[in-house]
Parts: sequence; structure tokens; C-alpha cells
Amino acid sequence: MSLRTESGPYFGDFGGRFVPESLIAALDELTAEYEVAKQDPAFAAELAELHRSYTGRPSIITEVPRFARHAGGARVILKREDLNHTGSHKINNVLGQALLTRRIGKTRIIAETGAGQHGVATATAAALFGLECVVYMGEVDTERQALNVARMRLLGAEVVAVKTGSRTLKDAINEAMRDWVTNVGNTNYIFGTVAGPHPFPAMVRDFQKIIGEEARAQVLELTGRLPDAVTACVGGGSNAIGIFHAFLDDQDVALWGFEAGGDGADTLRHAATITKGRPGVLHGARSFLLQDEDGQTVESHSISAGLDYPGVGPEHAWLASTGRAQYRPVTDAAAMEAFRLLSRTEGIIPAIESSHALAGTLELGKELGPDATILVSLSGRGDKDMETAGRYFDLLDEGALQV
Amino acid sequence: MTPGTSAVATAIAARRDAGSGALIGYLPAGFPTLSGSIDAAVALVESGVDVIELGIPYSDPVMDGPVIQAATQQSLADGFKLRHGFEAVAAITSQVSAPVVMMTYWNPVVQYGVDRFADDLKAAGGAGLITPDLVPDEAGAWLTASDRTGLDRVFLAAPTSSDARLRQAVQSSRGFVYAVSTMGITGARSDVDAAARVLIDRLRDAGATSACVGVGVSTAAQVREILGYADGAIVGSALVKSLADGGIEGVRALARELAEGTRDVVRSV
Repeated sequence: MSLRTESGPYFGDFGGRFVPESLIAALDELTAEYEVAKQDPAFAAELAELHRSYTGRPSIITEVPRFARHAGGARVILKREDLNHTGSHKINNVLGQALLTRRIGKTRIIAETGAGQHGVATATAAALFGLECVVYMGEVDTERQALNVARMRLLGAEVVAVKTGSRTLKDAINEAMRDWVTNVGNTNYIFGTVAGPHPFPAMVRDFQKIIGEEARAQVLELTGRLPDAVTACVGGGSNAIGIFHAFLDDQDVALWGFEAGGDGADTLRHAATITKGRPGVLHGARSFLLQDEDGQTVESHSISAGLDYPGVGPEHAWLASTGRAQYRPVTDAAAMEAFRLLSRTEGIIPAIESSHALAGTLELGKELGPDATILVSLSGRGDKDMETAGRYFDLLDEGALQV
Repeated sequence: MTPGTSAVATAIAARRDAGSGALIGYLPAGFPTLSGSIDAAVALVESGVDVIELGIPYSDPVMDGPVIQAATQQSLADGFKLRHGFEAVAAITSQVSAPVVMMTYWNPVVQYGVDRFADDLKAAGGAGLITPDLVPDEAGAWLTASDRTGLDRVFLAAPTSSDARLRQAVQSSRGFVYAVSTMGITGARSDVDAAARVLIDRLRDAGATSACVGVGVSTAAQVREILGYADGAIVGSALVKSLADGGIEGVRALARELAEGTRDVVRSV
């Protein structure tokens, strides 16, 4: 049976719609409109044209032999979502949902963002389509991703710094849901990842699966065969599902998701949801999450704002529970080492999020050996992370900062 | 819905049949302290509140506005655990006869175990659960556990709910149906939406015999207006704010004032 036909609300035991009744009508409307849009060739054509002439798709693949020497000599091929307009894979999903917003006739869009990549993509689409845009971002993240805050504001979006709870991505989602409950009449919630209530996990997956569809054909063309493994970082899991999906029925292709291990998955400071969490309900779906014995969500920790989330998409929970995909934690330190290594060996500065996939690939390559080919989702570029990296590696010129 | 088997439905019906309606008051467990929340709930009943809605603090309360968020966050920071919620229910019901329903987001119930939660709530003297992020579609385990224990289950109805969903909410609920007055989160509003009156009419058409209006209700005048067409009025954030600002005496004074709104009601049904 194909694993590629799952379309929610449930993926195995995971998924569903655990939301206030006030949101059900909006979710029903979105589900119905999306089903119609999916069948509409004009919708597909318009999205394809935006991908071609606005985002810059198809994104290329790049083989990275100098980096691969550190990965046990395995062949390593990057899928370059970092080269998309706005700098990450997030634009793939946002353009789809923005087109859907226009079909529904709503004039205001809201979004949550962690690293700011989804917020920037949403603000970009709002500018392109002439929509009012509010982005919710945890206060902690507005500080560590200040450059993306400025980008969103420049694009005309209002950025709201969320000061409740852990002041990171999970709290930004809470606040965006509160906004949606209140303003659902004119507002569409452009959700950034494959989590949340149905139809978001399936719909966002559908808008991101172009990553794997392109990459599968590109790798076949380059190497004449499918890769042995496909790797990606997993926060909520949208780039990972995006690149995994085309390979789900290729049973010989191993799928590896790398979660944010923070200080270490065995410490209290990590975001390794599948590795260390257990099933529960958060943000509208049943999935794995980091929680205490009472079901209170536990704060996650990661150097990467985009992976700093105590939940994960329900399709990943399903793929993990069935064993089709495997998930491992990668520490902050390992991710930053991979960040520097790709920069030094290949002249490509990755996002810190994507660096988790690179670090996991370095280990995986050593395990699989030199005959293996590994396809890596390079989900974003590292421009936004220069301040974090500068501080981490002590690269900033302190003298210049002193007045 | 099966009125007559439910203490909550009975309490509401008694007030309605006397020509008025019920006043339902929300307070979070563990705020300002566990014993303080118990004393405050008792004070509400002594001041004329008919049904207590005891909120279980949760880390991600998407239906709640800033007042309740701040109070529940403080309760959690001070060490609130689910067992304290059951302790509070037991302490309140040992002092007053008004029914106590818990308001809880769904994940704490799932993690505690749906059946174990129902058993412990029942043992503590609790009347049932209000579940703001659990729609009947996803509530299979809770429907079974509440039928087994006889606990009430209160689902929400929104102005945007379809007729079919309102029927589902009415058929699935026991005790009352929680009519969300306005699109939005909890917190005082100067006007309770005209949408509430329409929603109650639609719930009646869907077969509701016990329907209460909540979200945004904060004054005696609003309570009186709502009881003109609904079976109960639910006040939350305003009580929490009065407790935060004025302590037990503050919340007692507001409850007395709100209870005035249950007098001289002109019913339009």
C-alpha cells in the first residue's frame, strides 16, 4: 500500500482537530476550498508559475565532495532550498496558502514564526498579493533573529513580540490561534509547518512535497539511481516531509530526520521531540510532544530558533511509529561544527536549522560508508544566523563594537 | 442531552423555572494559592453563584485572554499539579452544595488517563468537565468515560458553528451547552454580542434545554440581559481580575453585584 496517499485528518493514531469550536468552521472552509483548489488546473498552473518566475524553482542540487570527505567518503548531494527567494523552503508553502487565501476572499493573513523564515515568507507573499499581514514571534526569537524582524517590517508586516510562556515558537502559535479565533471572519492563518489541526499537516505537506519530487528526479539524473538515504532537520518538520514524501514508497531509501538536541538529548535542554517525547495533544493535533507527567508542555531549547519547538507534525509521529523514517538528535555543538564545515569546505553558509541535517549526515555517512549516496535537504541559508554564529565562533570584531 | 440526571442541569433549571437563570462563575485552581482558590470559590457560592467552573491551569491556553493567562501561568509557576485540582474540587464541594465543573484543556486529561481522570473527579465530588479544545468529533474516550461515571460534559457552541454542529454539541453535551457569545478569547467586553442571542435561538432549535452564555460577560447588566434569553450566564475574567486586585473580599463583592443581575430578569422566551 502506498504511504504517499495519506491526506489526514489522521496519520495512523496521530493528527486530528483538537481546537476550540470557534475555529472549526474556518478549518472546514479551508479544507473544502483546498480540496477544490487541488482539483483545479488553474490553481496548479498559477502556483507553478509563481514557483518558476518568483521563487526560482526548480531549486538546484549541488554535490559537495569536499564536505563529503568528512562524512566517511559517502556521496553527499544537497537540495538547495536555501537558494529560493526569501532564503528557505518556507516560500513553497506560503505561496500555496496565499493563493488559497485569495480564493476564500480573506484580506488579512497571520502567521507564527520561530527563526523568522516563515514570517519573512508570509510577509513577502502579503506584499505580493496586497494582503494585510501580522506575524507573531516569541520575544526571545525577535532578539536572536533581529534581522528577520527588520525584513518583515520592511515588507510591510506588523511583527508582534509574544511575551507569554517560554516566549518562543510555541507561544507564537498560541497567540496566532487567539488572533484567528477573534478575527476569523476576514483572516486566514498561514501555518508554517506540518503540525497543527487538519488540514494543515496534509496541506502544508502537499505544498512542500515539490522539494522531494524535484530532488528525486535530479538525483536519478545525476547518479542513475536513487539515494541510499535522505536527510533533513526536523522542528515541526515541513522541509523534512517535503523531501521525504516523494521517497516514502521507495523502501530501499532510508529516511532520516535530525532533531535539535540542544545541550544533549539526555539533558533538560533540547528540542528532540520524537526521541524524548511521548504522544499527546498540542496546537490542535495528537502527536509526540515534550511534556511533564501532567501534560504541561515543557519548554524546548535549541540554538536554532526554527527547531526550538516542543511538538512535531503528526505525519512524522506516524512515520516514526511505523519505522518508515528514523529520527536522531543532533546537539547545538555538532550542528555549529557542521555549519562551519560546509562554509569552509564548500563556500555555502547554511541556516543553523539545516546544519542539524548536515551534522546528522556526517555521522550517517561514516556508518553507511563510501558507496552510499545521501541526499540532504539544505532547507535554508545562514544569512539570518550571522550574529548567532559570530558570537558562537567569536568572529565579531569586538574592537569595532566599542565606541 | 438528558436533563434531570445532572446536578448542573438541575441547578440551572431550578433558577430558570423560578423565572431567572443561573450565574456560573469561573476561577482557576491554585490562584492566588491553592487554599486561596478554594476559599474564593466558596465565597462565590456564598455570594449567589449557582455553579462553579474551576479552571485547570495549562501551559498553552489558546482560548484564554491575558487575565486568565496571567493567573494560570502564576499557578503553574507556583507548582500547581493536577492532583491539586481534585483536592480543590473536594474541598469546595465539602463546604458548599453548588455543583463544581472543571474547565480543562484536553492534554492534561489525556496524560492523566481519561478514565482515571473521570474516576478521580467523580470521587472528589466534581460534576463534570468543560473542554474548550475538545470537540465532540474527537471526544470518543471522554463520551464513554462520562457515560460510565455519570459526569457532565460541556461542549462549546460558536456563532460560526453550522446547524449540524450545533445539533451535535447539544446531543453530546450534558449539564449545559456553552454558547460562546462572540468570536474570540476570554476577557471582559463592553458589549456582549447580539450574536449570543441568535446563537441561543439556534441552539433551542437544535433541541437545547440548557444553554449558557460565556466569554466577555463581566457586569450585572450583561448577566440580566443574557438571562433574558439564555439559561445561564458565565463570568470568568472579571472575577479573576477582582480576585487578583482585591483578594477574597474583592471577588466576593463582584459576585454579589453579578448576582443582582439574576434578579428582575425579563425573559423573552
